Amino acid sequence: MSLWLLLAVNSVTLGGLLFLLSAGFSLIFGLMRIPNLTHGSFFMLGAYLGTSFLALGLNLWLAALASAAAMAMIGGGIERLLLRRLAGQELAQVLVTLGLSFMIADLCLMEWGGDPISVDTPAGLRGAVPILSIVFPTYRLVIVIIAVVVAAALWVMLDRTRLGAMIRAGVDDAPMARITGIRVSRLFTIVFCLGAALAGFAGVMGGPILSVYPGLDADMLPLALIVVILGGTGSLPGALLGSFIIGFLYNFGQALFPELAYIILFLPMLLILVVRPQGLFGRHAP
Amino acid sequence: MAWTVDRRKFLWGTALATALPWAPALAQSQPVRIGLLTVKTGPLAQGGIQMEQGITVFLKQKNNTLAGRKVELISADTGGNPAGAKTKAQELIERDHVDFIVGPLAAFELLAITDYIQQAKVPMLSLAAADDMTQRKPNAYFVRASATSSQCCHPLGDYAAKEMKLKRVATINEDFAFGYEQVGGFQRVFEDEGGRIVKKLWTPIATPDYTPYLAQISDVDGVWNGFAGSNPIKFNQQYAELGLKSKYPVIGGWTAYDDALLKSFGDDAVGAISAAWYSSDLDTPSNKRFVADMVREYGNIPGGYAAGCYINGMCIEAALGKTGGKTDDKAKLIEALRAVSLTDTPRGAFHFDHLGNVVGNVFIRRLERKGGKLVNTIVKTYPNVSQFWTYDEKQYLAQPVYSRDYPPLKS
Repeated sequence: MSLWLLLAVNSVTLGGLLFLLSAGFSLIFGLMRIPNLTHGSFFMLGAYLGTSFLALGLNLWLAALASAAAMAMIGGGIERLLLRRLAGQELAQVLVTLGLSFMIADLCLMEWGGDPISVDTPAGLRGAVPILSIVFPTYRLVIVIIAVVVAAALWVMLDRTRLGAMIRAGVDDAPMARITGIRVSRLFTIVFCLGAALAGFAGVMGGPILSVYPGLDADMLPLALIVVILGGTGSLPGALLGSFIIGFLYNFGQALFPELAYIILFLPMLLILVVRPQGLFGRHAP
Repeated sequence: MAWTVDRRKFLWGTALATALPWAPALAQSQPVRIGLLTVKTGPLAQGGIQMEQGITVFLKQKNNTLAGRKVELISADTGGNPAGAKTKAQELIERDHVDFIVGPLAAFELLAITDYIQQAKVPMLSLAAADDMTQRKPNAYFVRASATSSQCCHPLGDYAAKEMKLKRVATINEDFAFGYEQVGGFQRVFEDEGGRIVKKLWTPIATPDYTPYLAQISDVDGVWNGFAGSNPIKFNQQYAELGLKSKYPVIGGWTAYDDALLKSFGDDAVGAISAAWYSSDLDTPSNKRFVADMVREYGNIPGGYAAGCYINGMCIEAALGKTGGKTDDKAKLIEALRAVSLTDTPRGAFHFDHLGNVVGNVFIRRLERKGGKLVNTIVKTYPNVSQFWTYDEKQYLAQPVYSRDYPPLKS
């Protein structure tokens, strides 16, 4: 009984972390029509930057925000200086993001070395909370709260602001949005900044659970990809639902069918691609 | 175009051909070349960089001179994949004409080049642990001064059963050959001494969250883990977070609690018992010197990867001492290398068995916080541990290599 409860609670918390990771990925994918293969690297670079901010004496929350700000600038730079020049050539853009991911991985190795870095859980959140018959780490529950707050903020931004309306227009039909006078290319930059910032923020928040190490980028990218393909690109509810579905599949799948660890994660993605290529909430196929 | 020879070409050709027999003599005055196959990029780079540091520190201490000959170290980055290992091994041997190969790091890299090394007849000193490289599929040009995957796990099984008095243990490890061989070795000795493995959990190499696995652990006296790379940090963090640390003591292999990881661990790992063939805590003159130099040069307490390559350097020095610095007769060279027997090394005394694998100390350590720093304190030393533990070699080799399902769980 307590095993199932523990798995269920953990599914929710993992879903929260996955949402932080994949929300930005989904927006970029939806608007720019490219899977940003640098997204895992943004997550890792953000996490590494976070460890440096922590070493400077900032607490975890400030380090996460500082890291998000730094990543927004880096992301914006990449979009303005590189992807912008390849506008319209989606394949070239994807290849650039792939190349960048290798470069960022090596730069991190040069700057932070190969040794894994552990991130301490903030002092007040170190303990565990009793939930019915189990005790559960407090910090993981806090991740869920943060994910919900971020989801709400993003929803307000997308659904209730002018900028959000423009982004939604861009996601739905970029050429038509252009005709109505929306500067879609500027939206690209904004969304790319936002996506990078969210990834960097998630990297720092994930630190106390995942630690920071070379290869973290490649571990996280496929998860973002599955979530977004499952939920549908450019859709916030899709990313949210996808994250929690993957959270549950991951936990119960690995506990019940450990031999099928990878199949459990990727099979739903394959099914969705075959049956409903636009994803659960997507408007058009990726 | 027809292939023709004019007078000049003929004269040059003949002159070169006459000079060829003298080439080895010429080579003798050249430096001894050591090719290092390591990984400096990608997720395996952490160990690979330490390998380079270890051998560099050794050569520096020796002023780049071994047995009266200058030594040149040529370092090659395989990228941590089999194809890269093959390419770089070929480059080192055919272009740079190295006399020794130190490395590679990972078993799958080693398996990709073992046949080639055997054909090229270049002595290779690797840290890769695949059991069968010195057991069922030996390579005549191979020596291993570190350990097989299972070599440290045998004594740990003994220690867990006899001294820790554990009865029921669950194991958790990455789902790959190094994990199978570690768990197999531990299980065999632990069960022969009266213990019982009740559950074996295998995790994909990239596992962000171990909770689904950890949730299945109950009703045991202890948990074994043999994680490698950066996974130990994640594992210990999550294990403690779920409150398991206070319930079930943790024991582990050398990569899981390697001394080089001490600066990355938090208090989560304190109390872990591990078995390793190298410990920076060991009090021998050469280890003191090695650790001091590693700290001075790189600010790192060395772990197995650095120590392994340092010790490989010592083996090369001893072998060159035996051949009088000659490297041209490769058969004699590997013979000298395999006959190396050293008393003062960073891992203590050791020698090689007839298959080229080390027979030496295995240390049981407890991870502690001492004066603000994490250290692995040696609590027991098993001397002269062979890759076959106390089993008869013939009988041992007649059994299959340790795998996911061998030895099987007792129902």
